[in-house]
Amino acid sequence: MVEAIERDDFTMIKFILSRIIQSAVVVFIILTLTFVMVRLAPGGPFSSERKMQPYILERINAYYGLDDPVILQYFNYVGGVLRGNLGPSFTETRTVNQILESTIPVSFELGTWALLIALGIGLPIGILAAVKRNSALDYGPMSVAMLGICFPTFVMGPVLAMIFGVWLGWFNVAGWFVASDRVLPACTLGLVYAAYIARIARGGMLEVLNQDFIRTAAAKGVSSWGIIFKHSLRGGLLPVVSFLGPALAGLISGSFVVETVFNLPGMGREFVTSAFDRDYFLVQGTVIVYAALITAANLGVDIAQVVLNPKLGFED
Amino acid sequence: MSVFRKLSPDACRLPKPERSLARVSDGTSLWKDAWNRLKQNRLALVSLWMIVGVVLFCFLGPIVLRTSYVEQILENTLLSPSAAYPFGTDDLGRDQLIRVMVGGRVSLGVGIVATLVSLLIGVVYGASAAFWGGKVDSVMMRIVDVLYGLPFTIFVILLMTIFERSILLLFMVIGAVEWLTMARIVRGQVLSIRRQEYIEAAVALGLSKRRILIRHIIPNVLGVVIVYATLTVPNVMLLESFLSFLGLGVQPPMPSWGSLIKLGADNIQEYTYLLLIPAGFFSLTLFSLNFLGDGLRDALDPQSSRD
Repeated sequence: MVEAIERDDFTMIKFILSRIIQSAVVVFIILTLTFVMVRLAPGGPFSSERKMQPYILERINAYYGLDDPVILQYFNYVGGVLRGNLGPSFTETRTVNQILESTIPVSFELGTWALLIALGIGLPIGILAAVKRNSALDYGPMSVAMLGICFPTFVMGPVLAMIFGVWLGWFNVAGWFVASDRVLPACTLGLVYAAYIARIARGGMLEVLNQDFIRTAAAKGVSSWGIIFKHSLRGGLLPVVSFLGPALAGLISGSFVVETVFNLPGMGREFVTSAFDRDYFLVQGTVIVYAALITAANLGVDIAQVVLNPKLGFED
Repeated sequence: MSVFRKLSPDACRLPKPERSLARVSDGTSLWKDAWNRLKQNRLALVSLWMIVGVVLFCFLGPIVLRTSYVEQILENTLLSPSAAYPFGTDDLGRDQLIRVMVGGRVSLGVGIVATLVSLLIGVVYGASAAFWGGKVDSVMMRIVDVLYGLPFTIFVILLMTIFERSILLLFMVIGAVEWLTMARIVRGQVLSIRRQEYIEAAVALGLSKRRILIRHIIPNVLGVVIVYATLTVPNVMLLESFLSFLGLGVQPPMPSWGSLIKLGADNIQEYTYLLLIPAGFFSLTLFSLNFLGDGLRDALDPQSSRD
């Protein structure tokens, strides 16, 4: 028997608060790690360019505060971040805040569509496969899902662009201008996760459908729809909920590839190029946004799990 | 190496065994059992042969062909596949066939070596955590939890852009990412084995801790480790190719499947063979490795069947 766990509102609030504090600490650690890593690197942001007159380099460094002691730079930067100022960019005339303001909406829209595609395709396939276990409706779609897992974004993207962009000419191969430009990138990013979600949903549903209370429900004459929607979905989809945290992290790294392949003005491409260019503040700014996003998603998943699964206790 | 072999000494065999009895006393080594189960799984077996084929192609091919993967013949740029160049040539007039072979060698090589690195770290870490138990265990696993929460791809990209890119760094970076899951799996397995009756019996018989670990625990963890290692190789190959695709992995002129796919992706308008051939090899290999891993899991650990 499962021991009864005390779950009143107070412990719930305490749990959520402690998790929020934990997340904030994690974001802070990531920010610090990034700051240290970027500065540990050999060569500064301006060393790779054409040889500069030393006095000009000195002036540039002084302008950006790069001649201060590192520890002072760090506190200045953290102070700026806390006030919402992410600093200047070395390679563009815009500030990091302005760059992020223009790139985040693109990546956000891309990610949202991709997630909708992943859930919209993955969930029904996984649930159906579990319900019609060991039939053609199970084996067929699940083999396709396995195929999907073996086509990572950097294969899927170019192949989709070639088939639907070049051969069939239905969509533009690159760019982010008209509504149809969203289709290929979002599918590229979403389909891989649809495959994962289908597999996970199938596994979770099978576990629930094999349990005694489902047999009892069937014996009592509950319709199969009732069994699926009322009795098994909540428990069966728990693994999918816990997968959403890592999935978001995966969507982010996938967006690096997709935005490069389809030439989208998003944050992923900005992050990769800024890392190449040693654009310190831009790298740090994008990493902060990603870190906040990922920890927030993990937090949401943790809370959702506790709410959905009464067997789980509140552990810190 | 297996404890199970000792349980079936030939001396036990009946002089004129009945069929059914013979089956009982005949070789029931864990590995033989597993191999028999694996042989029944068509898909896994096909995958195994596919992997053998790809490995031979990538590792023996360059030795047989003896062409150079860096030699540029500038009048032969971007030729479609033909008899002279079965896979065509790339934008610098290099033979694409040899580049796909060498690229595969790099991708598979990184996949295997980085998996071994992560295996070593993960097994030692996970087994020690489970073995010492108590406070040590909880601190060690807490560290793993914290590391899990970090957005690793971002740090990997930062590391690869910031420092001098080399294969060694690539191994270290990928191995450092992949050992976490291995440590968790090994720890869980060791913990569950420690509670089994035969370990209790060994303790009661007065065997030393070391002997129990080497003789009884490690052989029984091995199955899970092998299964997970097979599934780690495709993950590592994915990560390596992902980095190479972004230009952060193996550095030119050394090819990898990831960088070959990138070249193809940049030329999809006219030169589709540049994309389709490396992408095909890459996906085929991933596909086979995943199915083989699934098959091995069913064979070595029949209780945790797929559904």
